[in-house]
Amino acid sequence: MPENISIRIDGEYVAAQEGQTILEVARAGGKYIPTLCWLAGISSVGACRLCIVEVSGVGRLLPACTTPVQDGMSVTTTSEKLTQYRRIAIEFLFSERNHVCAVCVSNNHCELQAMAQKLGVTSVRYPYAYPKLGVDVSHPRYVLDHNRCILCTRCVRVCTEVEGAHVWDVSGRGIRSMIVCDMNRPWAQASSCTNCGKCVQVCPTGALAEKGFAVDEMVKQDHNMTRLTARRGGHS
Amino acid sequence: MRKLVIDPVTRIEGHAKIDIYLDDAGHVTDTHFHVTQVRGFEKFTEGRPFYEMPAITARICGICPVSHLLASAKACDAIMAVAPPPAGVKLRELIHCAQFVQSHALSFFHLSAPDLLLGFDSDPAHRNIFGLIEQNPDMARAGVALRKFGQEIIQGLAQERVHPSWIVPGGVNAPLDSGVRDRILAGLPAARALAERTLAYFKTVLDQFEEEIANFGTAPTMYAGLVDPSGGLQWYDGLLKFRDAAGATVATDIPARDYTQYIGEAAMRDSYLKAPYYKPIGYPDGVYRVGPLARLNVADMFGTPEADRELAEFRQRYGPMVHSAFHFHYARLIELLHGLEKIEVLLNDPEILNKHVRSRASVNSLEGVGVIEAPRGVLIHHYKVDEEGAIKWVNLIVATGHNNLAINASVKQVAQHFIDGEHFKEGMLNRVSAVVRAYDPCLSCSTHANGMPALQLVLRGPDGRVISTEG
Repeated sequence: MPENISIRIDGEYVAAQEGQTILEVARAGGKYIPTLCWLAGISSVGACRLCIVEVSGVGRLLPACTTPVQDGMSVTTTSEKLTQYRRIAIEFLFSERNHVCAVCVSNNHCELQAMAQKLGVTSVRYPYAYPKLGVDVSHPRYVLDHNRCILCTRCVRVCTEVEGAHVWDVSGRGIRSMIVCDMNRPWAQASSCTNCGKCVQVCPTGALAEKGFAVDEMVKQDHNMTRLTARRGGHS
Repeated sequence: MRKLVIDPVTRIEGHAKIDIYLDDAGHVTDTHFHVTQVRGFEKFTEGRPFYEMPAITARICGICPVSHLLASAKACDAIMAVAPPPAGVKLRELIHCAQFVQSHALSFFHLSAPDLLLGFDSDPAHRNIFGLIEQNPDMARAGVALRKFGQEIIQGLAQERVHPSWIVPGGVNAPLDSGVRDRILAGLPAARALAERTLAYFKTVLDQFEEEIANFGTAPTMYAGLVDPSGGLQWYDGLLKFRDAAGATVATDIPARDYTQYIGEAAMRDSYLKAPYYKPIGYPDGVYRVGPLARLNVADMFGTPEADRELAEFRQRYGPMVHSAFHFHYARLIELLHGLEKIEVLLNDPEILNKHVRSRASVNSLEGVGVIEAPRGVLIHHYKVDEEGAIKWVNLIVATGHNNLAINASVKQVAQHFIDGEHFKEGMLNRVSAVVRAYDPCLSCSTHANGMPALQLVLRGPDGRVISTEG
């Protein structure tokens, strides 16, 4: 049995169990911490840095989704500093690739867009990188547009951990990182792909979408994923 | 030699500059109409899934996004090899009519009425929509109300006034609500009355513009437009027809995919706007015009009673083939009336409320062409895709492009007639701008553009010295 411990979140004492993350404890206690790469039912990687929190006695900001709680920990989830850093994280995501909401299939149904609005990001203060990126339209049902990818790796994790196919992976490092399919092949040639579409449904932006959906039309069904993992006994 | 420069030309959509060359006696020897911007849509859409094209190409224009949406969606229909359901077609026609109403209202009231109602020689500081509001508030109000009526129909159908995502490959993405239909029908009589009153008023002031009518781009040209099999005017879905200057039909029943046999495009050395020409005659003699006046010259009738009555009167006044570009205004006002009549016909069709409004398919043809009549004339979207549906090649021929050679010729004619370098007055240059406005060019649509302020006019002397600029 995990040991019961007690931590403080924004000054309030909250009961927790050893092994839980700050995010899990906060959510259970009804505390909101913004997330983007995190998804119920799959592992956490701390890729997007939106869930950063302040921990007393620790000099740097820590991602709540991957930081385990410790007895006596005191966590701050909301502050001017955190809001500033979360906005910066969003602005970096926008400046890194070519996110053109107006003509995106996921416009008005996009987690990145919604989070930017929620955090009050009204402009991007950094120069856009405007990378020249392709669109993989080879799959008969789905399409991968690298221009809209934020490298959250939800697709990689859901394919590996839920579907068990491990079609997706990340190639390259840093700003050159790219989602790749079966050792960097066109999607249609990925022999490991089961065409299940889980990656599409969990993608927070329009990077992975079903074919034939016009602008604004791609509404993701990620709640199905949560139900699926819950039935399998995973955490939700 | 001296040179006059109009830079930028004002009250048009997009950016242009006009150079006017004068000899030592102050007479115009030559003119150049330059479109000073480039857009690049044909290139940067390569690689995108074809079904994104309507939304992307709609961004070419904020005034007539519906035109691009429709032409693009029709090209996508052709790639999917599907016909949208009848209600889908009718709803597309309905939004198209609303677009005509708001666009024609903008062109006439906001952009050209200051010249026509305040006078070509009036004070340029007040020769704009605000001057019109001061001096003729009823006319200004009519313009605002008609534009609003068109925009509200677009919003009622598509939930958005600008760049609606409702028009999709295969049809439209939501059926019409009967409440919205009833609301539009309730507003129609008032809009009709405004359009009729404006047209009646315009006919009373025509006589004041005899000199402009006689000298505004009167050189006979060919005309192109879409018509149905019985020769009636078609805005959304017709076959391309060319008539020569005398009114003889030279090519007809041209389906969209065959346009390349009839239309060639020449690149211009001093303008980002290409110059389409009638291929069987060749460049530069194969000049043809499109737009409201061209449609009246090409089609036999409108098919709605009031507009047909007005067309009969128009032809009685000026004959079956009308060449003066000044009459684009007249034609535009008749079309405005036709648009409102057509909206009523469409809304009273019970089929318009049918819930089946979209056909679905993937790539069935590797090439698709969509042709419609935009408010400014024939609009062509031509796409080639690979087997997975990625765009490989795009060609867009936008209405204003077709008129490029004719606008150049009209600018020269007006400049030669009105400009006297020895006794120079601002109103002379304004007439040069006004003939461009008559065509209601959308230059930002036609060149695929960024940067730069609006149309510029530069008047230069024989030594190349700039005498005057307007803008």
